[in-house]
Amino acid sequence: MPFKRYVEIGRVALVNYGKDHGKLVVIVDVVDQNRALVDAPDMVRSQMNFKRLTLTDIKIDINKVPKKKTLIDAMEKADVKNKWENSSWGRKLIVQKRRASLDDFGRFKLMLAKIKKAGIVRQELAKLKKETSA
Amino acid sequence: MAAKRKTPVKTRNPDLIRGVGKYSRSKMYHKRGLWAIKAKNGGVFPRHDPQPKASAAAEKPPKFYPADDVKKPLLNKRKPKPTKLRASITPGTVLILLAGRFMGKRAVFLKQLSSGLLLVTGPFKINGVPLRRVNQSYVIATSTKIDISGVDVDKFDDKYFTKEVLKKKKGEGEFFEAEKEDKKKLPEDKKEDQKAVDASLIKFIEGVPDLKAYLAARFSLKSGMKPHELVF
Repeated sequence: MPFKRYVEIGRVALVNYGKDHGKLVVIVDVVDQNRALVDAPDMVRSQMNFKRLTLTDIKIDINKVPKKKTLIDAMEKADVKNKWENSSWGRKLIVQKRRASLDDFGRFKLMLAKIKKAGIVRQELAKLKKETSA
Repeated sequence: MAAKRKTPVKTRNPDLIRGVGKYSRSKMYHKRGLWAIKAKNGGVFPRHDPQPKASAAAEKPPKFYPADDVKKPLLNKRKPKPTKLRASITPGTVLILLAGRFMGKRAVFLKQLSSGLLLVTGPFKINGVPLRRVNQSYVIATSTKIDISGVDVDKFDDKYFTKEVLKKKKGEGEFFEAEKEDKKKLPEDKKEDQKAVDASLIKFIEGVPDLKAYLAARFSLKSGMKPHELVF
């Protein structure tokens, strides 16, 4: 079981703790064994402990500690945002956020939709059962 | 006290730092115009003799002196403030009632009465909640709003909701009969008021998909729902 995602310059990581929780950041340099210098288009470049980061599959092509503009251009070229939003991990996070922000009426409508969907599935299943048993 | 000015005068002697004014005594004398007052009065400050006090009516010595000195309680001039309405509760908001007979029901907020209580209605046809008063503390405000412009709520106030005073009946024989027939029917005019208020509300509600079923259903906490994380 070798490692597949490595800490390297250009690795995109997700922050899983702290003030920037949920943000995608790029590792632009390694400070020491425990810390990395991270940067993102909408935050000030800062150091972060690796324990606060979860590595993703996405990697972009940059040199050590690029200028902000260079970083943004590299992220556009690698299309990080779309790759993330289309990945199953990214989609799951988006769905989680949407569910958490539902208001009471939204949750009610969701419940009705679930019941309706389950009803349709059950009907189809019953039809199939009838066909195989017949 | 002398008549108050419309706008307070700003000080003629601003502070340089606390305790030290910008102008000296002599400069302030000049700024205040005390020289002009003196000049107008012939070189001396005007002097007003004390006004003769109106003689108070001669007090009679009291008839009764209490044995011990009893302390009088301090005067309380406190006026309670009108209840502040939460910013999330606006006319037309759907509220979740948290206690009482209609616990969990979702009702529509109409207005805040002068006592601070909230006037709420089901509408009655949809969920059985009549025109009712409800305390703000026993309510969760959702972010769902209903258009309430077609409703006239001016005639409702706290007096509308006070209980009728029943006339007391004397005599045992009558007593038992009275209990049996006392079913407390709702007066027809209250039913009419309810219908009038609900008419335009129901029309709007039926225009929004699922809203009628939403108001008819009760709210309950299910497994996994964390109230502090829920967005209402």
